[in-house]
Amino acid sequence: MIISARGLRKEFTVSRKVGRFRRERHVVSAVDGVDLTVERGELLGYIGPNGAGKSTTLKMLTGVLTPSAGEVSVCGLEPVAKRTTLARRIGVVFGQRSQLWWDLPLEESFSLLRHIYRVPEGDHAARLKQCTDLLGLDEFQRTPVRQLSLGQRMRGELTAALLHGPEVLFLDEPTIGLDVLSKQAVRTFLADVDKRGDNTVVLTTHDLADIEKLCRRLVVIDHGRVVHDGTLDELHARYRSRRTIVADLDNPWPEGLTLPGAVVTAVEADARRVTLTLDGMAAGEVVAALAQAVSLRDLSVQEPDIEDVVARLYRDES
Amino acid sequence: MADIRDTARVYGRVLRAQVRSQWQYRTSMVLEILGSMVVNGLDIATVFVLFSVTGALGGFTGTEVLLMAALSAASFTVADLVAGSADKLREYVRSGLFDSLLLRPLSALLQLAVITFALRRIGRAVQGVVLYIVALCVADIPWTVERALFAAIVPISGAVFFASLFIGGATVAFWWVESGEVANAFTYGGRDFTSYPSTMYGGWFRDLFTLGIGFGFVAYFPSLVLLGKPDPLGLPTAVAWGSPLVAVVAACVATAFWRFGVRHYRSTGS
Ligand SMILES: Nc1ncnc2c1ncn2[C@@H]1O[C@H](COP(=O)(O)OP(=O)(O)O)[C@@H](O)[C@H]1O
Ligand SMILES: [Mg+2]
Repeated sequence: MIISARGLRKEFTVSRKVGRFRRERHVVSAVDGVDLTVERGELLGYIGPNGAGKSTTLKMLTGVLTPSAGEVSVCGLEPVAKRTTLARRIGVVFGQRSQLWWDLPLEESFSLLRHIYRVPEGDHAARLKQCTDLLGLDEFQRTPVRQLSLGQRMRGELTAALLHGPEVLFLDEPTIGLDVLSKQAVRTFLADVDKRGDNTVVLTTHDLADIEKLCRRLVVIDHGRVVHDGTLDELHARYRSRRTIVADLDNPWPEGLTLPGAVVTAVEADARRVTLTLDGMAAGEVVAALAQAVSLRDLSVQEPDIEDVVARLYRDES
Repeated sequence: MADIRDTARVYGRVLRAQVRSQWQYRTSMVLEILGSMVVNGLDIATVFVLFSVTGALGGFTGTEVLLMAALSAASFTVADLVAGSADKLREYVRSGLFDSLLLRPLSALLQLAVITFALRRIGRAVQGVVLYIVALCVADIPWTVERALFAAIVPISGAVFFASLFIGGATVAFWWVESGEVANAFTYGGRDFTSYPSTMYGGWFRDLFTLGIGFGFVAYFPSLVLLGKPDPLGLPTAVAWGSPLVAVVAACVATAFWRFGVRHYRSTGS
């Protein structure tokens, strides 16, 4: 177990102006008792809506923020107390923060990082070559970072995070704001990192395509609490009961009719098409009940896709 | 020992990269260096004129007062070169950029010093040191080996003292991002205070600043040691010889405060 967190919390006291002079202080629980374990070699998708506490969690795991309560250990180290030791063993990309030297060519950042992390020349060259090949860095290695496109910069950031051979890679929204091609490149690259299995990866993202392509395990958080921890399939299974039935009827839907185990979510087409969302009951029973109540012309059962599942998950928990 | 040398080399490299970045804007930088040297040169000229006109001050002769002013200037400008940009911490805290310093396997404080290093301050530091050397030459100093050593150490310890103030003041930003120029008022006030003999001031104010905060140990007491004069205020000469230790204490307090501050760093939501 390379990462473990027990009852991890972070509270921020924020003060807000009320009226002209008075300030009102209140406490925001950004992370509210997160338990998390990650095994070596895993790729974990840490997902949740905006403001759920993803970045705050990552900052506590990397030693940037001191937790308000709870225990954390990453690579067997307490992140804040052993910050510099830990820094050599992890790689971090925060989508909005750069690890590169803004005014210098990308390749100079890489060579500075080699010295900062004291990477032997051979290891550095080998890793750099691997990243260059996979991410196509050749075209812009000599360009000052401030002149790179976001997609190019992100490829540089990923390389910078990997050059010292970290055991754990923390990626906070690495695909946010990227163009389609760059997103694809980053995703393929991460899939490759995962396949090699040398690094444990914790990835936060909003991008459902990232999740479907990369994350076997998902931890979903909302309001600072873990609301799901399991595979994508388990997430589906948990919400499979939320499939929908769309029925076309011979006669208009009788107003006020209810069925056990399902909720009417839409009545359309002159009340001759009704959408029912299953709520806990098996589809068969609801269909049977429906057939008894009305005269069916056509019927289909629709599986939720990941997008719906996650959207619903967010909605339910909030 | 080899390890310390390696570490120093790493910071040296990062510093050079920083200077290389700044060098891209060299025209404006050269102008700034020249500009600040002119301004500072005028300052120095004022000091000279002041002492040639008024001569004695607070019971000391013109050259003695000059020595105190010069030692204060050398200490301050060297500290300013090394740590004067520490107040940039505010921007790093406000924007959350401080995160990236904490993610590297280096001291956050030294990184801050290196990345905010302002080459344009080098002119003033050189002037400060030159002024000090001139003052040492014109002052009436009963030279001994001990005094020569002491003369070499005190501008460094004075710089450490001021750098501690810069760092302590900057650290406040971890709690109070809007701290603005409050901290600078303190450091710049300290520079002005140390430029004149403590005997010029009076009452509890003098005792608080000279002994309580320790400003007297930057230029006043060390100058007395160099001049071989007893303190009119009654501090034993042996204690005055210990002035550099006060800087060590200040540095310890400042770094402890800094560490405490880093643990209260809040970053920003993202
Ligand atoms: N430095 C901070 N000061 C005050 N509130 C913060 C700070 N950082 C985060 N928050 C708050 O904590 C919550 C979680 O933020 P964050 O971890 O950035 O969410 P996410 O990354 O999941 O979008 C948000 O409500 C955010 O406003
Ligand atoms: Mg975030």
